[in-house]
Amino acid sequence: MTVGIVGYGAHLPRHRIKVEEIAKVWGADAPSFKKGLGLVEKSVPAPDEDVITLSVEAARNALVRAGNLDPQKIGCIYIGSESHPYAVKPSGTVVGEAIGAFPGCHVADFEFACKAGSEGMFVAYGLVKAGLVEYGLAIGADTSQGAPGDALEYSAAAGAAAYIMGSKNIVASIDHTYSFTTDTPDFWRREYQHYPQHAGRFTGEPAYFRTVMGASQTLLEQVGMKPADFQWAVFHQPNGKFPMRVGKMLGFTTKQMEQGWLAPRLGNTYSGASPLGLTAILDVAKPGDKIFMCSYGSGSGSDAFVYTVTDRIKEVQGLAPLTTDMLDKNKIYLEYGEYAKFRHKILKAEGV
Amino acid sequence: MPTARGWREYPQRYRYEAAVCKKCNKWHFPPRLICDECKGQEFETKAMKRSGKILTYTTIRVPPAPFKDQAPYLVAVVEMDDGPRLTMMVTDYRDKELKIGQRVKLEFRRLSDDGDAGTINYGYKAVPV
Ligand SMILES: [Zn+2]
Repeated sequence: MTVGIVGYGAHLPRHRIKVEEIAKVWGADAPSFKKGLGLVEKSVPAPDEDVITLSVEAARNALVRAGNLDPQKIGCIYIGSESHPYAVKPSGTVVGEAIGAFPGCHVADFEFACKAGSEGMFVAYGLVKAGLVEYGLAIGADTSQGAPGDALEYSAAAGAAAYIMGSKNIVASIDHTYSFTTDTPDFWRREYQHYPQHAGRFTGEPAYFRTVMGASQTLLEQVGMKPADFQWAVFHQPNGKFPMRVGKMLGFTTKQMEQGWLAPRLGNTYSGASPLGLTAILDVAKPGDKIFMCSYGSGSGSDAFVYTVTDRIKEVQGLAPLTTDMLDKNKIYLEYGEYAKFRHKILKAEGV
Repeated sequence: MPTARGWREYPQRYRYEAAVCKKCNKWHFPPRLICDECKGQEFETKAMKRSGKILTYTTIRVPPAPFKDQAPYLVAVVEMDDGPRLTMMVTDYRDKELKIGQRVKLEFRRLSDDGDAGTINYGYKAVPV
């Protein structure tokens, strides 16, 4: 049975902050941060946005692209994030209620740093393939924070991507998938700690490259394909530089990668990153196109996928907002003070 | 906000479910038992389209307790494309987008929370389009 994506959707906050605006507060050199991180600005969630709200909007867009699928047919909902609003109470409980998928539905939240979204995609795909559910919903979403003044503050961004997996009316089949996991302590956050810790200024360098290369090379070998066989490729994007560098190390070209390369204008959306890049690719892909995707989560692991786009893609692309439109149009820029208030970085007195 | 009351309102707050009169087709939101147009008593449950326009708006500077962190904020009466008129908060707006007749869509947002340890209340807000 062929199983794949039957609907996809993205959602991005409207607010942005530029690297210059953050750098000037900390007396940092903006041009060197822009060059070092390969990004110029990042998305910022409004105070009334969180992983649950972004996920609901992305899921609604996915349902529309799945041909206004009856949400009652969704048998599982998996939300991958490292910024779930509740420590105990899955984000999926609110999301499933909001889209009308309950009560006949299996729900779990996933965590694995930045790869929790692709994990959900893997599991939803597997359950459809096994015949346990007719349709499965997987979402990668984050509203992550970097400590004020830390290098992560320049990149930690927000966004969500949702995928409905099924076996009928597929827009992109999943032809093969492979996961690569090791114990690598490059980035972590202990319970009750507000901000994560990382092992270097530009977090995860050896871990990121070793893991993404390991997953990607093995998957390419398994399917007997080479980078030139693909029209598109997307990799996890903790900043603007890493995904391009790792893609080129594997033999992919800028032309194959730039459509899904959102980090320079979006920042690092953590669990949403490679799934969001994939939405931008699906927005412009043509029937028959082959897509390569590889996520990365610190700790660490990668999930790699090979997709083939079907004829139905043309019917669904225009049914919901395009990812690059959400990225580039209708932006509201914040000053650092507004940003600090938005992200609750200002310590207020009790009861005020 | 009492959690039990919010919970009973999920069909409206989360999914915009209205009661549509089977006799005269008027949309009621929130649902009611007797149609105020034709006195009909049979309804069909339908989800409203998430689009409408601002009829009027005001800025709240002295808010009720659950919303004190958010003041000043904007509240509008929105006429939905399906007919009902709803009062809701407006979010993600630029000043030039605040005008009578402005098209909006409803987005799923946090409305309030019961402190850092309590539940989070979700529902709809208007976003200019
Ligand atoms: Zn009536």
